[in-house]
Amino acid sequence: MRAFEYGNPSSVKQAISLLGSNWSEAAVFAGGTDLLSLMKDSIVTPGRLVNIKEIRELHGIREEKTGMVIGAATPLEDLYDHFSPRKILPALLTAIEGVSSYQMRSMGTAGGDLLQRPRCWYFRNGFGLLARNSKGQPLVPNGDNRYHAIFGNQGPAYFVSPSSLAPALVAFDASVRIEGPKGMREIKVAELFRIPRDAEEREHTIAPKEILTEIVIPASAHNTRSATYEVRERKFMDWPLATASVALRMEGRQVRQASVVLGQVAPTPWRAEAAEKALAGKTLDEATATSAGEAAVEGAHPLSKNGYKVQLVRVAVKRALLAAIA
Amino acid sequence: MADRDERDHTTESESAQDGKKRNGKPSKGFSRRQFIKGTGLAVSASVLASEGLLKAAAQEKTPGVSGPGPVPVRLRINGKEHVLRLEPRVTLLDALRNRLDMTGAKKVCDRASCGACTVVIDGRPVYSCTVLAIDAQGRSIGTIEGLAPEDKLHPVSQSFVDNDAQQCGFCTAGFVMAVKAHIDKHPHPTAESVRQSLNGNLCRCGTYVGIREAVLEAATKMSRKGGRV
Repeated sequence: MRAFEYGNPSSVKQAISLLGSNWSEAAVFAGGTDLLSLMKDSIVTPGRLVNIKEIRELHGIREEKTGMVIGAATPLEDLYDHFSPRKILPALLTAIEGVSSYQMRSMGTAGGDLLQRPRCWYFRNGFGLLARNSKGQPLVPNGDNRYHAIFGNQGPAYFVSPSSLAPALVAFDASVRIEGPKGMREIKVAELFRIPRDAEEREHTIAPKEILTEIVIPASAHNTRSATYEVRERKFMDWPLATASVALRMEGRQVRQASVVLGQVAPTPWRAEAAEKALAGKTLDEATATSAGEAAVEGAHPLSKNGYKVQLVRVAVKRALLAAIA
Repeated sequence: MADRDERDHTTESESAQDGKKRNGKPSKGFSRRQFIKGTGLAVSASVLASEGLLKAAAQEKTPGVSGPGPVPVRLRINGKEHVLRLEPRVTLLDALRNRLDMTGAKKVCDRASCGACTVVIDGRPVYSCTVLAIDAQGRSIGTIEGLAPEDKLHPVSQSFVDNDAQQCGFCTAGFVMAVKAHIDKHPHPTAESVRQSLNGNLCRCGTYVGIREAVLEAATKMSRKGGRV
């Protein structure tokens, strides 16, 4: 790891003052589980780390009128301990449980889960987020793309968004609060993510001088039936191959409104609008869940080695829907 | 990997040595050593400049910011205070192994992926390879060395011995610490909770069956003694 300065502010304001106007100057440092590994491999080389774990207001879970507010530096294990006995927001609970290991949940934070960088092995080996060779040609389409995107992959990005919590949070229509030199802004979790258009752009819409401070889950989320289904190659210590998070507003067995959000299959959490439409007004049973799974893969563009993910999405959507009403 | 890590710690002393002339004699002519040193300096200068560090070094120290050079770091490990001078980039694992001679926690993947470096901080298992030492200040750090202070094995360690829960043993210290943290939190583990608690540690010899038996036996022994040991 290259040498860096270490800032240890006690307030968000002070933390922002220690950040720089570009990513190479400074990085926000929370759990560090992703950042330090990236730094050891010189994939990112910030000149300063700004530790936000000592900032008290970034910790904990509290209820506001608008909904549940989760401090960005809250360890995932605290979230697990909060959600697990209460059995609330099951789509989120399953996503948190899926972040294994125990050590990773003890160290990793809620905000860090959203802001972790993609696992794309080209990116992790120094070929950049868009995975290009020295001539600027993309390496993924003809390379080993077995874990890459099947949606949103018409260029220039092929990686998948690695966040475990994001699809569930998008399904709940959650927001994030972001503080910067000009004050606080609140955006939908879906708007935190983007498909980068060029090599300069990152996959998050947060700026170098901003800090993600809180996640807000609207109170209406509690009126949904929800579930997350993860298809995995390994049960632990790995990211899933494909996930579906669903949040349903029900009237009896009938779906009034459905949110279906896919994870690990696109450069952002991916809303399956066709599946949502297919469910609206329908009685949810195995047949409608199967049709929704079929609708969810509309518009998929599998690459040379990841066609299997199309079937995983069908299955994940169907099983998440059936789990939500079980 | 080992070379690079050694360099992390010795940057200060190495550069001090580089400043001195070898054997006190001025060197003659052009040497390979000087060439390498010169190139190295040029490269580091450009790296530093690109990172904006030169600018930072030239300025007054920013309040609330320390490093990039060595700074005092105070660590409480197994109940004992240690004060070290470390660069902010030094991980807790490297501080334990290379500076404090506590070599129980093992360096294997160095990327938070294998669990061999597991220690317990404030009751929770963490990968010490991915914790900065400077960031562990003011917290209670427990390592495998603290489990047998009077040469008497901790019930978890003893159960590992009794259940044949190790083969080559390289992962064992990490497993024992993860298990201890789990039993302290869940004094009555189930077979499923044991699987969950061990999901952050890899054993390439594949001794998982023995390890799971050991955890259940250790928990029973510990609860008979009234919980935390």
